[in-house]
Amino acid sequence: MKFLKFLLVGIFFGIVLVKSEAVSWYRIYEMFKFQAFHMYGIIGSAVFLGVLFIWLFKKFRIKSIEGKDIDLAPKDKGLARYILGGTIFGFGWALAGACPGPMYILVGTGVFSMFIVIAAALLGTFTYGLLQKKLPH
Amino acid sequence: MDYILQPWPWYVSGPLIALVMLILVYFGKTFGMSSNLQTLCSIGGAGKFSDYFRLDWKAQRWNLTVVLGAILGGFIATQYLSDGSAIALSAETISDLKELGFNNAGEMLLPPEIYSWENVLSLKGIAILVIAGFLVGFGTRYAGGCTSGHAITGLSNLQLPSLIAVIGFFVGGLIMTFFILPLIFGS
Repeated sequence: MKFLKFLLVGIFFGIVLVKSEAVSWYRIYEMFKFQAFHMYGIIGSAVFLGVLFIWLFKKFRIKSIEGKDIDLAPKDKGLARYILGGTIFGFGWALAGACPGPMYILVGTGVFSMFIVIAAALLGTFTYGLLQKKLPH
Repeated sequence: MDYILQPWPWYVSGPLIALVMLILVYFGKTFGMSSNLQTLCSIGGAGKFSDYFRLDWKAQRWNLTVVLGAILGGFIATQYLSDGSAIALSAETISDLKELGFNNAGEMLLPPEIYSWENVLSLKGIAILVIAGFLVGFGTRYAGGCTSGHAITGLSNLQLPSLIAVIGFFVGGLIMTFFILPLIFGS
């Protein structure tokens, strides 16, 4: 039962991303070409409301259902990892047209060739784990 | 019901994505899809090779459950909540893609020129998917997050590292879209 709520959130997330077309390679291409507002509207409105509600959660000290303060762990300090890692991710995002969430969701839509992308992403993650201590962060 | 079956506009989808993030935060968790790649490597025994994968993966089962749900959600949305309408791409996008050899852009979610088995089972086709997936997996873990963790959650929490990462996403995405995709697909 503990996991049921997470399953439901996941189902909702999958439906929203398909219905928004954010899982579409074409929409990602269109976004990077600045030829439509669609993706910017999605990300922009999500971030706008996110900023507002995270601020409200903190201001009114809303507790999570576990009874703890809402406290999003700050990201580690650093520059190289965010610029370099972010850019490498961007190459892959624009080529595959899918980031990690949509990769899983697209399997559900019936695109089984996406398993190859997921397997390669796991290989990329594994490679990062091997090289982590040698890379600038 | 028509409104549900048609594609959803950005001003409906964006707030609903914020809702997903906020619900997960309210549940005492966070919204980050790429962490699951690390968890899956860990389950597969990658801890033998690097400390990075020595984590208590059982504590991440909630997030794998979100992934399972997301797959089901993808299935439900395409099977029961879609009227099959094409993606209303801009006319410029459709004509730019035609020049690259992509026909009927927007009729399906993904271009058959990349994802159909006919293309995947060629050397070039499989190389594209493998390289793309590798870059996503490597890049997202190096950057410590992807679109959900940095662009949505990190920016919502006003994290400077997330802003830098999102700028990186765009640097990479723009170079790929403007300079590399034409080399791969242009004739």
